[in-house]
Amino acid sequence: MNKLTQRIDKERLLLGIAAPLLAVVAALVVTTLVILATGKNPGAAFSDMLTYGSASDSQVYILNKATTYYLAGVSVAIGFRMNLFNIGVDGQYRIAAFFAAVLGGALTTPGWISIPLIILCAMATGAVWAGIAGVLKVTRGVSEVISTIMLNAIATAIIAYLLQPGKLAELQAGGTVVSTKPLPESSYFFQIDTGAAGELWGFIVIAVIVGIAYWFVLGRTRFGFDLRTVGQSESAAAASGVSVKKMIATSMLISGAIAGLIGMPTLLNDSHQFSNDFPVGIGFTGIAIALLGRNNPVGIALGALLWGFLERTTNHLEFEGYDKEILGVIQGVIVLCVVIAYEVVRRYGLKRQQQRVGAELAAQAATRTQKQEVA
Amino acid sequence: MKILYGMQQPDEGTITVNGETVTFHTPADAIARGIGMVHQHFMLADNLTVLENVVLGAEKLYGIGGKARAKIREISDAYSLNVRPDVLLEELGVADRQRVEILKVLYRGAKTLILDEPTAVLVPQEVDALFDNLRELKAEGLTVIFISHKLGEVLSVADEITVIRRGTTVGTVEPAGTTTKQLAELMVGSELPTPATEESTVTDVPLLKVDGLRLAQTDLDGVERIILDDISFTIHQGEVLGIAGVEGNGQSELVEAIMGIRALNSGTIALDGKDISHIPTRHRREAGVGYIPEDRHRHGLLLEAPLWENRILGHVTEKPNSRGQLLDIKGARTDTERIIQAYDVRTPGIDVTAASLSGGNQQKLIVGREMSHAPKLLIAAHPTRGVDVGAQAAIWDHIREARREGLAVLLISADLDELIGLSDTLRVMYRGRLVADADPATITPEELGSAMTGAATGHLEHAEGSADDSAGDSAAISAEDDEDDAR
Repeated sequence: MNKLTQRIDKERLLLGIAAPLLAVVAALVVTTLVILATGKNPGAAFSDMLTYGSASDSQVYILNKATTYYLAGVSVAIGFRMNLFNIGVDGQYRIAAFFAAVLGGALTTPGWISIPLIILCAMATGAVWAGIAGVLKVTRGVSEVISTIMLNAIATAIIAYLLQPGKLAELQAGGTVVSTKPLPESSYFFQIDTGAAGELWGFIVIAVIVGIAYWFVLGRTRFGFDLRTVGQSESAAAASGVSVKKMIATSMLISGAIAGLIGMPTLLNDSHQFSNDFPVGIGFTGIAIALLGRNNPVGIALGALLWGFLERTTNHLEFEGYDKEILGVIQGVIVLCVVIAYEVVRRYGLKRQQQRVGAELAAQAATRTQKQEVA
Repeated sequence: MKILYGMQQPDEGTITVNGETVTFHTPADAIARGIGMVHQHFMLADNLTVLENVVLGAEKLYGIGGKARAKIREISDAYSLNVRPDVLLEELGVADRQRVEILKVLYRGAKTLILDEPTAVLVPQEVDALFDNLRELKAEGLTVIFISHKLGEVLSVADEITVIRRGTTVGTVEPAGTTTKQLAELMVGSELPTPATEESTVTDVPLLKVDGLRLAQTDLDGVERIILDDISFTIHQGEVLGIAGVEGNGQSELVEAIMGIRALNSGTIALDGKDISHIPTRHRREAGVGYIPEDRHRHGLLLEAPLWENRILGHVTEKPNSRGQLLDIKGARTDTERIIQAYDVRTPGIDVTAASLSGGNQQKLIVGREMSHAPKLLIAAHPTRGVDVGAQAAIWDHIREARREGLAVLLISADLDELIGLSDTLRVMYRGRLVADADPATITPEELGSAMTGAATGHLEHAEGSADDSAGDSAAISAEDDEDDAR
């Protein structure tokens, strides 16, 4: 009996890895075809990606990028576990980063006070922005997909309005860039000097802590169990005594708070100010990464690293004479494949387990009747 | 059954239709060969008309307009199904819906009908009407496969009976020379369990007191619809209160109101002297309410979660599932093993998903879980629906056990034998009200049935002195006819 459960577990693990692996392989095949179609050599492109991607400065770059992507992935995954589609992560992190940058520029306190304050401000702003969608869903039944898309647009407009000289921003020396007041150097987050390879952002530590907290809260606490219950079956959750509405609002707030962190590595480790060229669209990247990582804390990390790797290496391909659009193709195909493969593998796994349980029970019943006959 | 309808593939063996060996890969293949299935759970859309429901997915046959309507009328008249094509489905009762399902299958040209537990949701009078329909179909040369747990029904309607146990055919008999008892022995390998309880354990300590419960819902047009009205009852320690009624008369809502899933408009619910009318569901569960929901897939289980997580469901705040705010995974797993042993849940382990268990084993797990937290009140809604005979007997045993241990049990069921057998007190629910009560010791299913259609109210007395059962039968049927005229 023990043997069987072990086997099922192993198989589950295998099936779990199968879906993303299938997707990445399919993406490789499609990419090969696309590069062939443009008349270039795909083999050379892939080997260039590998050598360039494994260079030490690339590694640091990928880790830095992955820090941001990881936070985005986790933020989206919290919604996914609840069956909520928080498309608004994008708007949430941008508006959070903006206000955090404004606050950070205005603070003159020492770093050990400023940095936590900036981070908390970002999390609170993100939570409020997501909370609007949560409240609308709970009280008025507005789909969070619609409201968060609209909130993204509103966030863009608010930032554009406030990011003007004389409002909350100023014209930088040189006169071309409008940004919030730069953070004082005391508010910079620590970095790890890796020598020639560049600076590794210290915020990676926060990302790891978020990942561990995500795993612990969802898997080991009562709150996490309630959250997962609502995600799996709202009706069963209500009957079991979970207040579904409260749970929706709470998880939106948490998802928004984590979304608020997304802009922090860039703000505290890199740009130190919010300007027009602050990265956009990471919220959508987060959706892809959460899908790829199957909402699993380790899976999301792998997804984030893969995304960083692809970005770094396809940028370089451009210099080698390949088209840079190849990045979009690879990413798009991966996401598409992962969604399909995930569903196919899930159904296959469920069916297989049902058959296996049936077979096992039939065997048990057979031995039992034999025993009876002997007796 | 699933194989016959092309939903699953056989490992070996053949199916022969009209002397021709066939293989079905999808239900569409089966339909093409003239095999149609009426599922236990209806597959109909409430917000469409009968016509739309029937043509849905079969638009190519007769279009969606006048021709289809004429065809529906023709089939309906030919087999006296009495289906009106332009009524909205949500206006129809269960029996009418079932006739729509049958018509849907006939419309697609089925010559062989598979009916899966068709009588589970019907009152005795409706069952008789269904059997008349089936005889009509038979007379027109159609074949009907009737799948049922209820022996009496099988004996009365079938021309040939095949008994299947644990996936193999154990015998084929002629109904004419067979008794219920013989059939039961074939089915379970021994005598059929009965739901009857032993001596009464009812005490005079009230445990659940429901008083003046009222529940109304305002629909989109602003019209207030009363779902529950003036519901009052008391269940004592060691008492099983059975509620009979055709489904959709407010039983589900009553359960949800007691569980705290629906908010009351007025009235009070007191458990063991404590008012629980306005506290959240979780606190009610902690206060000692065990709940076996009527739809275990929707309300009782997380189908894709492993068994041990399902053991936590609904009792996450209680031992052994958690300590403080943290889950106690080890404790929950150990206790799941215990439940599996004690309640005979047939499973290879606690890490398989709930979906991979059979209905009976899923239900035994739920019963085990709910009984593991020392409940004072057990709400059992259709506890043996869709479970095999063996599990049914086990669940009945557990309900009797609960009663002996001094629990108050609220039993809601469509199986009248189960209700009469297990209950100490019977109430009948009709259109959101408790309209009648009866003594389970003397009442017959037919008498209960007439109250369930609203024809009889007040205290139901067993018609002593009625010459025999058939007289009681006809009386009940005529009562129902009156009701139909009144509508």
